Amino acid sequence: MNNRNQINSANPVQKKTAIVVGLAGQPNVGKSTIFNLLTGLNQHVGNWPGKTVERKEGFFTHNDTHLRIIDLPGTYSLSANSTEERITRDFILHEQPDVVVMVADASALERNLYLLAELLVLPAPVILVLNMMDIAESEGIQIEPQVLEAALGLPVLSVVASRNEGVSGLIQIIEQMTKTPQEIFKPNRPDIAEPHRQVYSHVQTLIKNHVPQPYSEDWVALKLLEGDREITNKVMTWLPEESQQAVMAILKQHEDAVLDIAGGRYEWIARMVRAAITNPKPGQISITDKLDKIAVHPFWGMLLLMSVFALVFWLTFTLAMPIQNWLDVNIVGSLQHWFKEALATAPNWLADLFVHGILGGAGIVITFAPILIVFFFILGLLEDSGYLARSAYVMDRFMHALGLHGKSFLPLFLGFGCNVPAVMGTRVIESESGRLLTILLAPLVPCSARLMVLALLAPAFFGNQALTVSWALITLNMLILALLGIVLNHTIFRGEHTAFIMELPLYHKPGLRAVAFFVWQNTWAFLRKAGTIILVVSVVIWALSRFPGPGIEQSYLASLGRSLAPVGKLMGMDWRLIVALLSSFIAKENAIATLAILYRADENSSGLVKMMVSLISPATALSFLVVTMLFIPCVATVAVMYQETRSWRWTLFSVGLLLGIALLAGVIVYQGAHWLGWGV
Amino acid sequence: MENQQLISIDQLDTDSYGIVRQIQGGRELANRLTSMGLSTGSTFKVLQNRHHGPVLVLVRNTRIALGRGEAMKILAEKLHEQQESD
Repeated sequence: MNNRNQINSANPVQKKTAIVVGLAGQPNVGKSTIFNLLTGLNQHVGNWPGKTVERKEGFFTHNDTHLRIIDLPGTYSLSANSTEERITRDFILHEQPDVVVMVADASALERNLYLLAELLVLPAPVILVLNMMDIAESEGIQIEPQVLEAALGLPVLSVVASRNEGVSGLIQIIEQMTKTPQEIFKPNRPDIAEPHRQVYSHVQTLIKNHVPQPYSEDWVALKLLEGDREITNKVMTWLPEESQQAVMAILKQHEDAVLDIAGGRYEWIARMVRAAITNPKPGQISITDKLDKIAVHPFWGMLLLMSVFALVFWLTFTLAMPIQNWLDVNIVGSLQHWFKEALATAPNWLADLFVHGILGGAGIVITFAPILIVFFFILGLLEDSGYLARSAYVMDRFMHALGLHGKSFLPLFLGFGCNVPAVMGTRVIESESGRLLTILLAPLVPCSARLMVLALLAPAFFGNQALTVSWALITLNMLILALLGIVLNHTIFRGEHTAFIMELPLYHKPGLRAVAFFVWQNTWAFLRKAGTIILVVSVVIWALSRFPGPGIEQSYLASLGRSLAPVGKLMGMDWRLIVALLSSFIAKENAIATLAILYRADENSSGLVKMMVSLISPATALSFLVVTMLFIPCVATVAVMYQETRSWRWTLFSVGLLLGIALLAGVIVYQGAHWLGWGV
Repeated sequence: MENQQLISIDQLDTDSYGIVRQIQGGRELANRLTSMGLSTGSTFKVLQNRHHGPVLVLVRNTRIALGRGEAMKILAEKLHEQQESD
């Protein structure tokens, strides 16, 4: 007791006046921009307990006001259909924030107010923020916030978050809301539509006095009529048996209530906005529709997508590769050199641990950050401008063949940068089966590290034909991805159909601030998540390659490689190539470093290439490259696969399957070449 | 205005208009569509329908991409051009 008092008195301001603000809104309304404007870098990113949905919390201090802002997941409504929706409503019900700030896209106000209609039935005062007022205006939509405020009976603030206009006014309203809520929060709540009003009150009577805190009878009755499974199950445990049956009978009889309730909400919305909004004259064609004539066109849209693709890769590799290379040689290289000298008198293994274990493994991986930064920057621009949603739309028909739909295209595309964010990016897919399948397929997208290995080895072995071979190998990866998707779609995932429903937001000029945050968050997540795991495993693999010694040829890793020699032989590989493959499990580019050690080449790559060409036949080289491109994902990817699926079984199944495919492809390529008498 | 005039969205051509009258396929789908603006009674425009692949509709100033399977479950009343300025 004493202790706690002391802590409180030591930190009195924060404890007493921190106002808890829940930031709600539909997707694509600029909610994150507002969150970032308010909290800056003073935010904490994690997951909602037990969920794979990102939870962002930030702090904001202005004079004596301390805000704790929780960025709730973007949701169109508050039904229990998706995890995001459940999180949002559970947060408001159970954690009871002092204020909910709902951000709305002013250019599609009526649809946005649907969420408001749902929020107003929950026990928290709401402030409405109309964002993207500039876009609404350019679409010919005029909104009068004061008129809307009077109609709704709650504070309405109009802002342009992308230009940081008007956001600071929010603080004042939040303060006012917590001090004198009854003065500014007298909401006009939506009614249930006429045809179901009687049924509604009947249900209310049946559940009366059976509903525990923090739920309200009104809200529970509404959710029952909407057919909300979570609430229905809960109510069944609260009610005595005879009422249970009565309620179920009513619900069964009024299955159509869900459409009516929604209809009622839109009628309420129409009443609310009638005086406040002036819609554009009919016939006015918006810029978005003009641009979409090309972007979603079956032919031009595809051509545009391919060009965007090519541009992304070209920019990523021409801008970032030299930086990566520079970091590799100058930073990691000189650090290695420095450690070697500094630890010259220390035991041999210690210097080796730093030089090869830590810097050679985890250090190299960190040099990939520039590639990711450039890749995510371009992707962020595309995302923020509204184009990325179009690419998912254009790709939808192709993805259907794999049992997926357009939304899966986005994480797979991320995979070209790095498989780690690709696996994390599958969160945009609503259905569990779609997510699992996309997670399994994602590692087949060749990441930038594998493309680098390819870029180094292909010219060495195949000279003029290097480009052809490289394209063939990338195509092979994509073909196997497609085939595996089709096969799994007809076996494990048979009969699973996932709905493709996606909003295509209006195009607008991307905000640099939003893009910068996107880059920062993704890169940081990569460095943090991948870095820690990679560090541990790099050291482990290093130890395996170092002990018992004296050289790598006598190491545990080498004995493992030798024990796998029979498998290697089928693919034309000796134990050294097998060990190189094994080491690429830590990080794909490790394959090169390992080969350098095993073939006793000089530290630089041209020496290695000469040595290998003299020792390895083209057929073996081809099978080695095929296996490298398809091999099990790197350890960081495996770690996030587990994190996202929360199932070791699924993770190991995926890894096993990918391993099997890679080895089989290696055998087929080598034996095929052998049989054709080519390059042996 | 009887039932036989209802037509599923996947049957409507590009640039045609309609009013949503019925959503089949269960409460979950109905919930998702209505919360995005595609509720019964709403007027929409088909922005793109190539009669294979997804359908793009404009409703309440929101562009929604629908898989064919989903488009088939939304029944609408077709509007003639004169009625479009609802």
